[in-house]
Amino acid sequence: MYTLENVSKTYTQSKRQITALADVSLSIPSGQLVAIQGPTGGGKSTLLQMLGALDRPTSGRISLGEAELSHLPDRKLGGIRAKEIGFVFQGFNLIPTLTAQENVETALAPLGVPAEERRRRALDALASVGLADRAGHVPGELSGGQQQRVAIARALVKEPDVLLADEPTGNLDEETRDEIMDLLEGLWRDRGLTLVVVTHDSAVAKRAERRLHITHGTVTERR
Amino acid sequence: MFFTYLRRELAGRRRQTAIVAIGMALAIALVMIVNSVASGVRDAQASVLQSVYGVGTDLTVSQDPTPPEEGEAGAGPGRFEFGADDGTSTDDSTEISQSRLTAGFGSTTFDASALDTVADLDGVEAASAALSLTNMTFSGELPQFAQRTEGEPPAEGDTTQQAPTGGFDGAGGSAFDVNSFSVLGIDPGGAAVGPLSAVELADGRGLEASDAGQAVAVLDASYATSAELAVGDTIDVGGTEFEVVGTVTSTSADAATASNVYIPLGLAQSIAGLDGQVSDLYVQATSSDRIAAVQADIEEALPDATVSTQADLAASVSGSLSTASTLIANLGLWLSVAVLAAAFLIAILFTIQGVTRRTREFGTLKAIGWSNRRVVGQVAGESLVQGLIGGAAGLALGLAGIWVINLVAPTLGGSATTGTLAGGPVAGPGGDGGATASGPFGDRLADAAGSTTEVVLNAPVTISVVAIAIGLAVLGGLLAGAIGGWRAARLRPAEALRSVA
Repeated sequence: MYTLENVSKTYTQSKRQITALADVSLSIPSGQLVAIQGPTGGGKSTLLQMLGALDRPTSGRISLGEAELSHLPDRKLGGIRAKEIGFVFQGFNLIPTLTAQENVETALAPLGVPAEERRRRALDALASVGLADRAGHVPGELSGGQQQRVAIARALVKEPDVLLADEPTGNLDEETRDEIMDLLEGLWRDRGLTLVVVTHDSAVAKRAERRLHITHGTVTERR
Repeated sequence: MFFTYLRRELAGRRRQTAIVAIGMALAIALVMIVNSVASGVRDAQASVLQSVYGVGTDLTVSQDPTPPEEGEAGAGPGRFEFGADDGTSTDDSTEISQSRLTAGFGSTTFDASALDTVADLDGVEAASAALSLTNMTFSGELPQFAQRTEGEPPAEGDTTQQAPTGGFDGAGGSAFDVNSFSVLGIDPGGAAVGPLSAVELADGRGLEASDAGQAVAVLDASYATSAELAVGDTIDVGGTEFEVVGTVTSTSADAATASNVYIPLGLAQSIAGLDGQVSDLYVQATSSDRIAAVQADIEEALPDATVSTQADLAASVSGSLSTASTLIANLGLWLSVAVLAAAFLIAILFTIQGVTRRTREFGTLKAIGWSNRRVVGQVAGESLVQGLIGGAAGLALGLAGIWVINLVAPTLGGSATTGTLAGGPVAGPGGDGGATASGPFGDRLADAAGSTTEVVLNAPVTISVVAIAIGLAVLGGLLAGAIGGWRAARLRPAEALRSVA
């Protein structure tokens, strides 16, 4: 379960103070599917980075279960990301020189999983997203939808508690978008994940249990 | 994962890998070749020096020649004087010949007690003395002047002049020839250090302790050939007939030995009129790290002496060998440094560029839990392997270059400039030139310049050359990897992902 208390984040850009998050307080129970919407520059990605332990707030507290994310050292935040949080990015962010299977394996490398088990789990994860026959292909040989499936397999291979998706369908056509969202929704349901999706797309947001809207760093609930 | 990722990256970015590896290979090959050639030139210098100073000589002691005072005769053979009954007369001409043994050109003699002084110093393993001399032979053919005195002088008013006869042209002319060769008086029992320590016996025997005071000589083999002398023959040295008991050659290929003729020191001193005098001391230190201390001690004990180490002597090597040495030391060194710096810079810039281009990649890896150490290790590993590929290619290229140099085998000429410049002994003329010089000046100039030795340059492949190649490859790779890794470590995952969002 995520708990945010009075979280603020400010950046200095060209001597100007920019407030990305302003005194945000909210909680996300475990197993919830949450959609975050809002205009560009409203603070969606910053909020997702705070939830993903990629950055610390300027003030306030964020906790994931027992872990106080706002005050942990980098090394421990890295450990939490490695074990508990999966990421899916708009641009897929696959390593272009590695095959689909090897890309999935990168998520298991920091956990010290032995090579043989790593390979087996990676192939299982690819099979779970329908890409068992594409394991040996590099990203350049895959379609956008297939690349995003590989990215989802990479995020889920370590069996995390939380999956954070930043515009996961932003680069895909409508048909592929629906396929990916069906996949994510199925995995969320099957695995009991906490799934947070940042999206511009209302069709995607409508699938969520809960919808948050963020403008000028301020979060509001949307029914 | 590390090796899979590394292999995929290097294979996937072939152009960058090839450029970095080629740059490193060229630099490493150049450094190898320069190092190997420098080693070959050093060997060649040592070879030239060995032919003159002998094996094991760490220091030589001599004395700078002092210019003659005003009105004083310079060093030279003095005057050749012939009496009325000298020479061998035939019907119409007289053949005369006279040899004189004098101190070698450019060398100054000093009291032989200096040998004991040096030998008693701490750190001196062995020492021997030598007297460097030049034997000048004046020979010629004169007309038979006695013919002119026979009979009555021409009557007064007798206008019919009798044509001159006799001499080398039958018309009353004279012809003279001046030959010279170098002579080294040495302690016949002290061959452990000194000029004869670097020679091989070609024929007969060497000088032995029992030869002290005996008129026996050992000849440089090439001089013996040119002078048509062999073991058992005799040679006139300063008017004394010496029996040739042996001939010697230099252990260095194509190099002449230090002198044309070697005779016992005592006899050399008495014939030259230099009793109790020597011109050079050859000193061997107990260990190489004592050389500087021994040099200082000798300079203190013998204030007028010039003490030269092998390093000083190396500086006296001239000719194309010296040019090669200078070229290697200057151009070769700086070219290597410049190419190496460029190669390292290319490797570093490509690594930094790679890290910058892969910002999203490293940001993603950090986001999924890769530690800084793992990311830095990956970047450094890739650079190190690129360096090692370059090192392997450089090693092959360098070995090929050295092989080509050895195949071409350039010949370098070197002469050890001795006497006043280096303070060493006067070297004998090499080969035929000195022995058959037709006048005293040519020969003495040859003496002053030292013996020119032709040495084939051999660039050796040593463990140090190979170690340098591998060391530079590792160093270049680590340097590029460390800088690239440092850049990667500084990437904050949120910023890395934001920069591409």
